[in-house]
Amino acid sequence: MNLLILGANSDVAYAVAGAFAGHEKASILLASRNMELLEKKVQDLTIRYGVEVSCCRFDVTDFESHASFYASLATKPDVVVYSAGYMPATQEEAQKNYKEALKILAVNFSGAAAMLEVIAADFERRGHGTIIGISSVAGERGRQSNYIYGSSKAAFNAYLSGMRNRLCRRGVHVMTVLPGFIHTKMTEGLDLPGLLTAKPEEVAEDIYRAFRKKKDILYTKWFWRWIMAVIKGIPEMVFKRMSL
Amino acid sequence: MKLTSWGRYPRIEAEGSHFETTEQLRRQVVRDGNLIAYGMGRSYGDSALNERVVFSRRFNKILHFDPENGLVACECGVSLQELISVFLPRGWFLSVTPGTRLISVGGAIASDVHGKNHHVAGCFSSCVDSFELMLPGGEIVLCSREENSRLFRATCGGMGLTGVILTAVIRLQKVKSAYIRETVKRCRNLEEIFHCFEQYQKLPYSVAWIDCLESGDQVGRSVLMAGDHADTGSLDIDLHQPVSVPFDFPGFCLNRYSVKLFNRFYYHTRPASVEKRLVPLDPFFYPLDSIGHWNRIYGKGGFTQYQLVLPKSASYEGLKLILNRIAKQGLGSFLAVLKLCGPENGNDLSFPMEGYSLALDLKIEKKLFPFLDELDRMVIDYGGRLYLTKDVRMSKAVFRKGYPQWETFAELRETMGMKEKFTSLQSRRLEV
Ligand SMILES: Cc1cc2nc3c(=O)[nH]c(=O)nc-3n(C[C@H](O)[C@H](O)[C@H](O)COP(=O)(O)OP(=O)(O)OC[C@H]3O[C@@H](n4cnc5c(N)ncnc54)[C@H](O)[C@@H]3O)c2cc1C
Ligand SMILES: NC(=O)c1ccc[n+]([C@@H]2O[C@H](COP(=O)([O-])OP(=O)(O)OC[C@H]3O[C@@H](n4cnc5c(N)ncnc54)[C@H](OP(=O)(O)O)[C@@H]3O)[C@@H](O)[C@H]2O)c1
Repeated sequence: MNLLILGANSDVAYAVAGAFAGHEKASILLASRNMELLEKKVQDLTIRYGVEVSCCRFDVTDFESHASFYASLATKPDVVVYSAGYMPATQEEAQKNYKEALKILAVNFSGAAAMLEVIAADFERRGHGTIIGISSVAGERGRQSNYIYGSSKAAFNAYLSGMRNRLCRRGVHVMTVLPGFIHTKMTEGLDLPGLLTAKPEEVAEDIYRAFRKKKDILYTKWFWRWIMAVIKGIPEMVFKRMSL
Repeated sequence: MKLTSWGRYPRIEAEGSHFETTEQLRRQVVRDGNLIAYGMGRSYGDSALNERVVFSRRFNKILHFDPENGLVACECGVSLQELISVFLPRGWFLSVTPGTRLISVGGAIASDVHGKNHHVAGCFSSCVDSFELMLPGGEIVLCSREENSRLFRATCGGMGLTGVILTAVIRLQKVKSAYIRETVKRCRNLEEIFHCFEQYQKLPYSVAWIDCLESGDQVGRSVLMAGDHADTGSLDIDLHQPVSVPFDFPGFCLNRYSVKLFNRFYYHTRPASVEKRLVPLDPFFYPLDSIGHWNRIYGKGGFTQYQLVLPKSASYEGLKLILNRIAKQGLGSFLAVLKLCGPENGNDLSFPMEGYSLALDLKIEKKLFPFLDELDRMVIDYGGRLYLTKDVRMSKAVFRKGYPQWETFAELRETMGMKEKFTSLQSRRLEV
């Protein structure tokens, strides 16, 4: 199996690489911006799992590069995980400065959409492949403190769902991953509720298992399905006054 | 954020940041003010505690492996558990391992940890070929026995006070199986257990559980566990998720009577004598790692470990006195461990010296510290010392008497600007 990870320097991505290397002996291509980190991870994963790992530079906000990036891959992937994400510690800057807001939207949604479209075309042609998009439960309902990020994830959710609909009869599977809180560098400064917060390795195992079962939508950890059901059920009249 | 270590005492308010690249670490190091490295927080006391810390856990990549010689190059945040799960199936195991696999390579070097094989293999530093160290100005130096050997000797056992260890090259030992041939002997008193240790000295691993509530002619009642790597059995190992102690035990659960009961139970359920039975390596080396958060049984107030070592010539007399004193006080300890250590290694602050080491876990309570002060005096009188990585309360005087090389260590810190940059609650208490 050939696995391509976009935004591979994410902590979740590193754990996902480990899960696929461990269980599937997958060959892995790590694509992200910080090459120093990627090169270390290539060494690390190769030694730990005895699989083939390589890396290349990839910036999802560089829209122009998407097609040539994909064309340059010597072996095309069977599975693609989109894991790049951007969430500033607070939303304030993005409220004041549209450039910051656009960056959130580009990394979490528009860049992802543009890139995955190129890959989907290839998968559709080959009649084969899995696309795993890591989105967020934050996309299920906008909250005052985080709605710009949340809306980028909401857009990504709708995108993935439509693409799943389009490709399901073409032998291509699309999976939406909706994590709750995870201990990663993205959430480093935040005070997260310990019991609700997962380790990247737990999320990665969930993702791998859901991939094997060809799930469409994965909440991870599992209880987020129920937490979100409650949150989505709150009438807007009430919700608008709450501070979650 | 709140920060503490394995003893959960003290708990302080601290600022912590992770690093994944040397550049990210450098930014933290060259900032104004002082800091200390924090690995996996398995030290019991205040050696990894400071108002500002850098967490190494995410700096955890394995960089190189030489399958001919068993040499691994890795970043300091890699845990011993990770090294075992990657390399044991290939026939390589740690040359030196402490009683938990949940520590980082950086922490293993900084405390120069020892294991059940100290009497034959020495401390962790004996399997360290070299490491890179970040100094106060952010510069990185390679340290080994040949290069910057002064820094090598100060850093192994130096409790993070010489800089941040970045990467290390360590040497694994070849093994044929993930099993141990274990010998268990029940010993009725100190004399018997000393005898047993000497008798089984040839085996690479030995340690004894000791009942600290017995006195008189039963003082030192204990169970020796010794062993060697088996040459049969598979290399597979299953380091499963531990079951966890879910909450803090109320303080009254742990008292002289419950501990006495436990100790009786433990002693009498051990076989009187077993030779060379085959046991998996994981429970042999890491019996406590199968229970997550076991430090919670000591309650909210936390606990500490008192670990001392006495020179061999004074060990019998000294330990008898100390154990009797402990039994009289009735400060029972579920976990008390006796071990015969091999010779000292010449690092400035490494703990082991040739003789017997005793370690006991004790709940923090009001009367504890004055009592430990009393024990300190006995330890010092007999020419012994206390282990820094377990310590949370020893005085400057006890430190200086126990570690005669403290002065050269302090000098180095002074001249290289480490004293202002790398400090912990412990280093300030000990004024080193
Ligand atoms: C159940 C249990 C059993 C144990 N058994 C043994 C035993 O048998 N033998 C033994 O020797 N010890 C034993 N220990 C103690 C433990 O091995 C040491 O305290 C070890 O140093 C903990 O490593 P850590 O990664 O958790 O480091 P921490 O506790 O986070 O830090 C310990 C010290 O190392 C320093 N440090 C950590 N990382 C770095 C770095 N990258 N660069 C510079 N300094 C650094 C810190 O500043 C601090 O001074 C045991 C502990 C437990 C909880
Ligand atoms: N952590 C959580 O609590 C949480 C919760 C729900 C959902 N999620 C989602 O899960 C995914 C993974 O999160 P994480 O916490 O693992 O994230 P993370 O550790 O913060 O990593 C995010 C990664 O995205 C990459 N990235 C950012 N901008 C990029 C760009 N323009 N082009 C390419 N890569 C870019 C970065 O790679 P470089 O370092 O190479 O720049 C960065 O390492 C994200 O989509 C996130 O939104 C996270």
